[in-house]
Amino acid sequence: MLRAGGAAAVGATMTASASRALAATVPDDRPLTVPTWTKTQGAPILSPAYGVPAPFESGVVRRARVRGRIPTAASSTTPLQDLHGIITPNGLHFERHHAGVPTIDPDQHRLLVHGLVERPLIFTLNELMRFPSDTRIHFLECSGNGSFAALPASATAQDTHGLISCCEWTGVPLATVLAEAGLRAQAAWVLAEGADAAAMTRSIPIAKALDDALLAYAQNGERLRPEQGYPLRLLLPGYEGNMSVKWLRRLKVGDQPFETREETSKYTDLLPDGTARQFTFVMEAKSVITFPSGGQKLGGPGFYEISGLAWSGHGRITKVEVSADGGETWRPAKLQAPVLSKCLTRFRAPWIWDSKPARLQSRATDETGYVQPTRDALVGVRGLNSGYHDNAIQAWDVLADGSVLNAV
Amino acid sequence: MRFNLAFALALSLAAAGGADAAPRAPYGLGRPASAAQIAGWDIDVRADGAGLPPGRGSVGDGRAIYAVSCSGCHGQNGEGGYADALVGGKGTLATVKPVRTVGSYWPYATTLFDYVRRAMPYNAPQSLTDDQTYAVVAYVLFLNQIVPAGAVLDAKTLPGVRMPNRNGFTSPDPRPDAR
Repeated sequence: MLRAGGAAAVGATMTASASRALAATVPDDRPLTVPTWTKTQGAPILSPAYGVPAPFESGVVRRARVRGRIPTAASSTTPLQDLHGIITPNGLHFERHHAGVPTIDPDQHRLLVHGLVERPLIFTLNELMRFPSDTRIHFLECSGNGSFAALPASATAQDTHGLISCCEWTGVPLATVLAEAGLRAQAAWVLAEGADAAAMTRSIPIAKALDDALLAYAQNGERLRPEQGYPLRLLLPGYEGNMSVKWLRRLKVGDQPFETREETSKYTDLLPDGTARQFTFVMEAKSVITFPSGGQKLGGPGFYEISGLAWSGHGRITKVEVSADGGETWRPAKLQAPVLSKCLTRFRAPWIWDSKPARLQSRATDETGYVQPTRDALVGVRGLNSGYHDNAIQAWDVLADGSVLNAV
Repeated sequence: MRFNLAFALALSLAAAGGADAAPRAPYGLGRPASAAQIAGWDIDVRADGAGLPPGRGSVGDGRAIYAVSCSGCHGQNGEGGYADALVGGKGTLATVKPVRTVGSYWPYATTLFDYVRRAMPYNAPQSLTDDQTYAVVAYVLFLNQIVPAGAVLDAKTLPGVRMPNRNGFTSPDPRPDAR
């Protein structure tokens, strides 16, 4: 009944479906009682001024991804198994920081645009927010999500896939700001640099910069959270998360990639032959079933709706198939509207569980026709030391007692 | 520098009534960035050495700086600790346990300068002088047996340092299995 790792907040760790299942097992024909909360006034407005989730949901939190020993160079994961729809609440957006979360005064923050431009410019936040804005919903996924790691049977969807989130982002198109500075003819790459203590830098191909890149200052209707780059971040839809540089302070236009540490010694994909793939930007089509998923428990045989998330950095998801027999047979899941480009898509499929062991899998196809690979196929090409861009099919094992485990 | 000259030229022409001398910014937002302003943040160093500052540093000087500022996390001899190993791993990339270090994996020596200057030491980023940065870079390259004990690195010599894994990368996005 308890989720893995849920020692804290025991009362809140029972899933809603598990609670219903439990209630159904206790025959009780007494009249329904009228609880105290129906007989007393509730809390006044502004309790508190900035609303927070119900206390019973206190187990729905980000969790540290165990890796490394420096808490400011670490990551935390989104509790995918507890979320609904496609939007990640701002407080649950996954984190990956290389030098902690800086506290930046927006009035002092500046964006410098220079290099191969006609007019090197410095912008304040207020000036950036005066440009025509754009608002779009996109996923953001760390390319280390999955990372070919062998996780234990107790792993949850948060453990296996939690380095992805999806928000509505508002900002000014990068193309607009680059046009304001005036690109020179040789412009081919843009270096994006953060104002954090890592001064994080990545090289962005100019085609991407001019296509759909956003300089975002808002997330799900409010200004960015500090963990997401307040007051300004780059957002490169569909590209590996590291490139969407947070706390953005500088854009330098150049005629070649800048070969930064993050795009050479990190975020390159080592193959079995010892060579590594560089500039592997796009997050390929991928999916994961979030219910039933690792750490959850089914309350007994009967109807369940399999539900999950699918996404592709190449565009829209066109198909998700689910299998309940370990990949022997597949059937199409229903795609919940809206189905947006480079955005999480919620899928669902009805399922009658007969209380026999079952292996649940999902397989996504995107608008390019690309089909999410099996783990064997992916590892066959990349080996186990590729580190990034692990988009293999995930499997969950439902045991006879209803518990759900990461298939290992 | 030439961009700022261009900008200054455009300004002066505009002031002189040459309104169409340079294309105007579409929204007129932002302020011109001067060369002096840009210099405060313009810290990136490219693979060809563009962006390397004046100054120089020796392996010997780097050894002392490393002991004080780097060894706490990266180990006495770059073997790693709280932070990544900087040394070793030669010949391991094609094995089941690859060890990716400056010596075994990094394709460009200039990247090491760029990264140390912007982000190291971890507890005090951007605190080393350019000379100290050159020295630390020289020492880490020496620990990897890439430069000799007497090496002195500067903007001319650092880009010429050939890294062992220079040809170890394929790009752009060469994944045959990606589509």
